[in-house]
Amino acid sequence: MSGTFLGMPAAPPRGSGNLRGAESFPAAARTELANTQMRRNVGKATRTIRDKRVQVTGELPDWEQLRSAGAAIKRDVLSRLPELLEQFEQAVIARGGQVHWARDAAEANAIVTRLVKDTGADEALKVKSMATQEIGLNEHLATEGITAIETDLAELIVQLGEDRPSHILVPAIHRNRSEIREIFLRSMPGVDPDLDDDPTHLADAARRFLRERFVRARVAISGANFGVAETGTLSVVESEGNGRMCLTMPQTLITVMGLEKLIPTYADLEVFLQLLPRSSTGERMNPYTSMWTGVAPHDGPSEFHLVLLDNGRTATLADEVGREALHCIRCSACLNVCPVYERTGGHAYGSTYPGPIGAVLTPQLAGMDTGGSDPNSSLPYASSLCGACFDACPVKIDIPSLLVELRHQHVEEAHFSAEQLMMKAASAAMSTSGRWTAAQRAAQLGRLLGRGGRIRTLPPPGNAWTSARDLPVPPKQTFRQWWDSSEGRAAIDDAHREGGRR
Amino acid sequence: MRVALFATCLGDTLFPDAVKATALLLSRLGQEVVFPPEQTCCGQMHVNTGYQREALPLVDNHAACFADESIDAVIVPSGSCAGSIRHQHHIVAERFGTPALRDQVERSRAKTYELAEFLVDVLGVVDVGATFPHRVTYHPTCHSLRMLRVGDKPLQLLRAVREIDLVELPEADQCCGFGGTFALKNADTSTAMLSDKLRNVAGTEAEFCTAGDSSCLMHIGGGLSRLQTGIGTLHLAEILASTEHAISPKQGALA
Repeated sequence: MSGTFLGMPAAPPRGSGNLRGAESFPAAARTELANTQMRRNVGKATRTIRDKRVQVTGELPDWEQLRSAGAAIKRDVLSRLPELLEQFEQAVIARGGQVHWARDAAEANAIVTRLVKDTGADEALKVKSMATQEIGLNEHLATEGITAIETDLAELIVQLGEDRPSHILVPAIHRNRSEIREIFLRSMPGVDPDLDDDPTHLADAARRFLRERFVRARVAISGANFGVAETGTLSVVESEGNGRMCLTMPQTLITVMGLEKLIPTYADLEVFLQLLPRSSTGERMNPYTSMWTGVAPHDGPSEFHLVLLDNGRTATLADEVGREALHCIRCSACLNVCPVYERTGGHAYGSTYPGPIGAVLTPQLAGMDTGGSDPNSSLPYASSLCGACFDACPVKIDIPSLLVELRHQHVEEAHFSAEQLMMKAASAAMSTSGRWTAAQRAAQLGRLLGRGGRIRTLPPPGNAWTSARDLPVPPKQTFRQWWDSSEGRAAIDDAHREGGRR
Repeated sequence: MRVALFATCLGDTLFPDAVKATALLLSRLGQEVVFPPEQTCCGQMHVNTGYQREALPLVDNHAACFADESIDAVIVPSGSCAGSIRHQHHIVAERFGTPALRDQVERSRAKTYELAEFLVDVLGVVDVGATFPHRVTYHPTCHSLRMLRVGDKPLQLLRAVREIDLVELPEADQCCGFGGTFALKNADTSTAMLSDKLRNVAGTEAEFCTAGDSSCLMHIGGGLSRLQTGIGTLHLAEILASTEHAISPKQGALA
């Protein structure tokens, strides 16, 4: 094909930024599993939140209908995203905002950096935002001489600890209060050297530190939980009120929003403002819900910029089965119920998006096949498919089915492997009963490996099993051999007779 | 009814006692049990590991065995295999199969039941006339619970068993960490999940841990055996097939 051919549509770009870890999930998980303090912290926190969630969702008689409504609205948004995005853009502009489109992390970072520099500030406040975490905005701003200050308490802990978030909603879930005290003493300028680990005292220290910065800030950067196409309204939902300070005090407000955060009408907020807090923190309502529409004279920021971020979302939308992952409202209910997340923590996933939804969303946004050893290709397998995530999801994303679909996509594109060979061999052996009974006879040779009815060691890859579990030796007789035997027939006849007597 | 037994590959080869118990129980309840000999495996391992193309011949073979109109219902003593047949076969058939296969799959999945579901929903029996004088705890396997929504039907059946001492398993609805090839691909995480399950099982001081799926029991049983807890695993069907004349478990797989 010549370079001048213009008829072929370009493939939508994959996302970049913090959407890929350095090592595969099993390798990263091994390290995290050894961190017993982290396991205790995460286990305790997720158990608490999930008990609260079950309680507050259970008290709504129409919870299931709300979930269905949430799923239906999201499906509608994704089916007409281009037209809704245009409507949204026009509404924001009509109310005095400015709209910028970013294809990937680099474009978004460049836009935000330019906007901050235009204000003359070298410091920017941040409201907790997954999108800016996803594109690595803070790190990029630092290289341009701009200091980003996280105002969400948990984000601040992560930032001061030079750490990475490990949970969508509770980014410092892997830390306990004595660890937080140490981080504050080490990295918070002007902190009281006698600070103890009482949560109230820790919050006070953060409040004093942040208040100074709220007062002097000229620019703030926020994420968005929802963008309303009809009115151009944006919304941030939070617990501490620090977000509200960011959204109202500085002169310039820059919001970075993923394309999929759109909802069609203002009235649709009714559904999501019920679903989100109950699913995420197990609260009936979150303490602070902020909404803003463009700019208003003498009220809040005088300049408002909206950066609409693609970063792999269009590519995800193009996947007919997988696009359902874009329904996600980032509530983290799936993390809190996931037995894999509970034990490995968020860092094992290597991405801004951990847990079950991260295991589908990350490979969808950023792809999973750069050269066959992409860590993202291990994420769809980081699940036992237990289905707890699907049950908990407030917008009914069928995460287990999406994981199975991504596994299929990965295998279809995978390079030659020993696993492939074994799966093909197993498929051939099980495709007819003749071959299958021959394979069963071969399997019975496994009896030779056993002692006292159990097998304690197997050669690779079976040693992954026998490292912690025994395996029963295959019995001398298969079920079908018993069924065909005179003993089997007699037993069935007896059972019939016995049933007849009852 | 004329009911066909799907033994599952694991049941046929490694856990025949669970399948025998299913056959005997259904016969005792007056059903005409048949065993289509061409059956092999439902292909769940292939589908769940991403090998849908390789699952096609298995789905094809399975549907050909069970779509037959002379069969009223297909009974599976495994929640995960029943789940795969009901919720995954049509994906493979739609993607790679012929219209004829799609039709066969549709007919087979519509009459496929996990054992407890069939007993309670179709036959309307809760007391199957079993006697089992042992202390037992029940693990409700993820796919039975969430893919098939069997709810507390297995517990209803167990509660009606005579002389049984049924003890509740703490954190019962937590996955045991098996997940098919997950146990091999993510062995460390799987083991971490298993150890919590084992602690909960051991804490009940039960003699047996039971479930409706031999694969989960293979995992839990393998762990109980390695730790030499003395606690056995037993398929739900083996308890339900036990009567005062024939208390079935000789060993409970690994003890």
